[in-house]
Order: sequence, then structure tokens, then C-alpha cells
Amino acid sequence: MPDRRTLLRVEHLRKVYEATTGDVEAIGDISFTMDAGELVCIVGPSGCGKTTLLKCLAGLLRPTSGVVEMDGSPVTGPSPAMAVVFQEYGRSLYPWLTVRGNVELPLRHKKLTRAARNKLVVDALEAVGLAHAARSHPWQLSGGMQQRVAIARAIAYQPDVLIMDEPFAAVDAQTRADLEDLVRELHASRTISILFVTHDIDESVYLGQRVLVLSTSPTWVQEDLAIDLPPERDQITTRALPRFTELRTHVYDQIQRAKRGQVAAPRSVP
Amino acid sequence: MTACTGRIAATARSRTVGSRIAASLLYPLGLPTLLLVLWGLVATRTTSKFFPDPLTIAEAFRETWVGPAFVEDVLPSLARLGLGVAGSIVLGVAAGTVIGLTHWLRELLEPLLEFLRAIPPPVLIPVAMLLLGITDTMKVVVIISGAVWPILLNTIEGVRGTDSVMKETAESFRVSWWERLWFLVLPAASPRIMAGVRQALSVALILMVISEMFASSAGLGYRIAYFQRNYLIAEMWSGILLLGLVGVFLAVAFGLVERRVLRWYHGIREVNRA
Repeated sequence: MPDRRTLLRVEHLRKVYEATTGDVEAIGDISFTMDAGELVCIVGPSGCGKTTLLKCLAGLLRPTSGVVEMDGSPVTGPSPAMAVVFQEYGRSLYPWLTVRGNVELPLRHKKLTRAARNKLVVDALEAVGLAHAARSHPWQLSGGMQQRVAIARAIAYQPDVLIMDEPFAAVDAQTRADLEDLVRELHASRTISILFVTHDIDESVYLGQRVLVLSTSPTWVQEDLAIDLPPERDQITTRALPRFTELRTHVYDQIQRAKRGQVAAPRSVP
Repeated sequence: MTACTGRIAATARSRTVGSRIAASLLYPLGLPTLLLVLWGLVATRTTSKFFPDPLTIAEAFRETWVGPAFVEDVLPSLARLGLGVAGSIVLGVAAGTVIGLTHWLRELLEPLLEFLRAIPPPVLIPVAMLLLGITDTMKVVVIISGAVWPILLNTIEGVRGTDSVMKETAESFRVSWWERLWFLVLPAASPRIMAGVRQALSVALILMVISEMFASSAGLGYRIAYFQRNYLIAEMWSGILLLGLVGVFLAVAFGLVERRVLRWYHGIREVNRA
């Protein structure tokens, strides 16, 4: 068992967007922790501020109040310990760079020898099964392959936490299943923690060791659910397990209740 | 089987290559040839001295421009044109990038830039002559004063329009400022920048000629004005022909550079069209 130290700690995170037409409270009060080596899925109804939460965690947005701590130190800006895989791979990869150039770009400012950098790039591309496409441009590849490039770029960066923002929302179902298995495989083979945001309930249960169910906006964590499925999962047998069905039904119910606003917000609780 | 289809494919290919070359020559050269013939017919019928026939002009072209005049008049003109274009690109892209990246600077300068751009550059020639004298520097400055605007304004727009997700990606991976400039901002703006350069080339050519028509003693523009004043009509036409050829050469050279620089851009458009 890997060490169970707390890697990411989020406490009373709140984000209010100020606008001339009135302030919008995107995130009400989110608290959770994530241990090193965990694969945590965050799922919530659409428009619940998932992307806002991720941007706050990644240091791309400043929270209105609350703390985000990475390995004990507060996150005030983008951290070298985190890498983000964005939903819009088409806008996140640079079309003028080759696949290789895209994966290499974040490594340029790391003080690495050319050989070490090269090894990271080659290794990351091999890990996502794209070693053959290093010299192609992203737009020459299919959507699923482009998202693999984005994943390779993130793991070559050698982060402690990989933050994935609905990464497979724009790819077809078969590609999506392959990419889900890739995420599980990378998580198992590398000492990397993954925070995976999705709106897909099945996906969250299939992938996660834990699922955080978010409420509607202003958002808080409605449930922190441990997924007690066996660690070896595959698309057919795991999804056919009665326990899988129970868990997904449970998460589904939670989200339906969240949408109807039947769950009281925790702010009344001291 | 494979050999057979291979041979068929090869003959088919050679036929298509042959017809493609023929077509690619016929289309661009067909109409100019026709116009030349028409010009020749009209020139032989008319009594006007001002429209010599193409052969006379070709002869004048050879006599006028092949030889020392090429070194004395054409090369210095082209050198000033080159310097003017290079100066415009450096200045336009550098200033455009800074202005495009700095919000308050853009707000501050935009009305002024619109005003300056609206001034027809030839009217600056007298001013430049007063300040810089009748020098090569003056001519290059005049070329830059006109050609820099399309590059500058396009660069500002291009830099400002950098995709927000691309910027966030660079930020989240802590890509350094210089790397962001080189690998994100400039490539993202490059389609706009190249569009600006294309416009700048034609403006620069015009200003090259005009700057030489005022108080000058050498250069293409000076030569053409000189021939016209001295009723050397065929020579005058040959100068205009040379200018046209310079323009075509510039366009072709630009096309080659653009295809190389914007290969990714054209590639995406091709993929999207397919």
C-alpha cells in the first residue's frame, strides 16, 4: 500500500464572481482532502462549478476565501506539482507544434539535460501509445489521439497530481472507454494521484476509488463516497457487477436530489 | 496484382502530371499572352507614339535594364525596398506584440494609431526630406512609414486574440514569459501577421517608387519619371514592366515563405474542409 499522507487539502473554498449585474456565487463551501496516490472523481450536475473548482485547485483562479493546500503549502498560483488536462484538447494543444513539441514545451523551463528531457517525452508518448505519432501535428490526429497527447504532456511534466477536467466529454463512446482504461493504467503504473472531474456518473464510478458528489451551485460536497469495487477493473465485467449498479444508482439519486435542492447545505452546521 | 496496379497507377500518374503541368502553365500564361497579342495588334494600327508595340518595349527593356543600369538603379531600389520591408516587419511585430499584450497601452494608443494610419504616406515625403535630407535613410523611412501600419495593426489584433484555453495551458504548466512569446503568442498571431505583411509588400513597392520620384537622381522610380519627361516612351513602358515583374516576384517569394510559416494553419483548414 502506498503511503497515505494527505496530498491535497481543500478547506472552506468559496468563489464568487463579481459582475456588474450582481455577484454570482459559483462555489459555496467545498472541503475535502485527497491522499497521495488516490484516484478521486468529482461528479456533479451540469453548471455546478466543476471547472471553477478545478481552476482554483490548479492555481489558475484565486478563490474568494478558503484554503487550497498542496503537500502542506498553500497554492497561490500554478504549481509544478500539478498538471491539468483540459476538456478542449483542440484549444489546449498548440497546432503549430508537433506532438513532440507539445509534450516538450512544459519541460523547457525545467533544468534538464537534453537527454533527460528527451527521455521524458519519449516515455510519456509510449505510455499513451503514441510513440509513432511524435512528428505529426495534433490536427492530423483523431480527437481521442489528441487527448492522449494532452495526457502525455501532463505526465511528462511529472506532477504529483494530475487534474483532468471532463477530458473525454468530446470523444465518442468507444474511444472514451479506451481512454478511461488508459487513465486507470497510468494511475496504477505510475505513482501519480488523479483528480478526475466528469459529469458522467458511470465514468466516475468506473474510474474512481472515491467519488465526490457536488451539489448545484453555490456548490458544496454533498457526498464523499468510497467506491468499493475491486482494483482490477475492466469495461465489461466491472460494469456488469451488481455493486457497480448499486453505486451508480446511488450517485444518480444523489445528483437528482441535488438538482431538486433536497439536501440542506452544510453552512448551517458549525 | 500489386505490380499490375502499380503500373496502371504509374501511367495514370504520369498522364495526370503531364496534363497538370500543361494546365498549370496554360491558365496563368494564357490570358497575358492573349493580351500581349492584342496590344501588338492595336499598336501596329494606331499612329499614337505613346503605345509602342511589345517587341519595341522588349528591346527597350533589354537595352535599358540589362547592364549597368541594373546595378545603378534597380539594385539600390530593391535594397531600399528590402530594408523598408524588413524594418516594417521588425518594428510592426515588436511594437504590435507589446501593444497587443498590454491592455492599457492598447486603449491609450489605438485612436492615435488609427489617425496616423489614415495619413497618406506620400505626404510625409516632404517632411522626411526636411528632417533627413535627400538620402537613402529618408527613402527607407518613407517606405516604413507606410508599410508598417498593416503589420502593426494586424499584429495587435492577432496577439490580442490568442485563445484563452491556450493561454491557460501555458500558465498551468508555468511556461516562461519568453517561451510563451515564442511558442504561443507569435505563432498564434502569425496568420494575422502574415496577412499584414502581404498588404505591406504592395504598399512598400508603391512608396519605393514614389520616394524616388521626388528630388532623386537614381532608382527605378526616378528612371521612369525621367524617361517620361524625355519622351522615351518605350523605355518608360519597360520600367513599368520591370516594376510589375518586381511585384510578381515579391508575391511569389512571399507565397513560398507564407506556405512554410503557416503550414499548420493551411493544414488545419484543409482537414476541416475534408
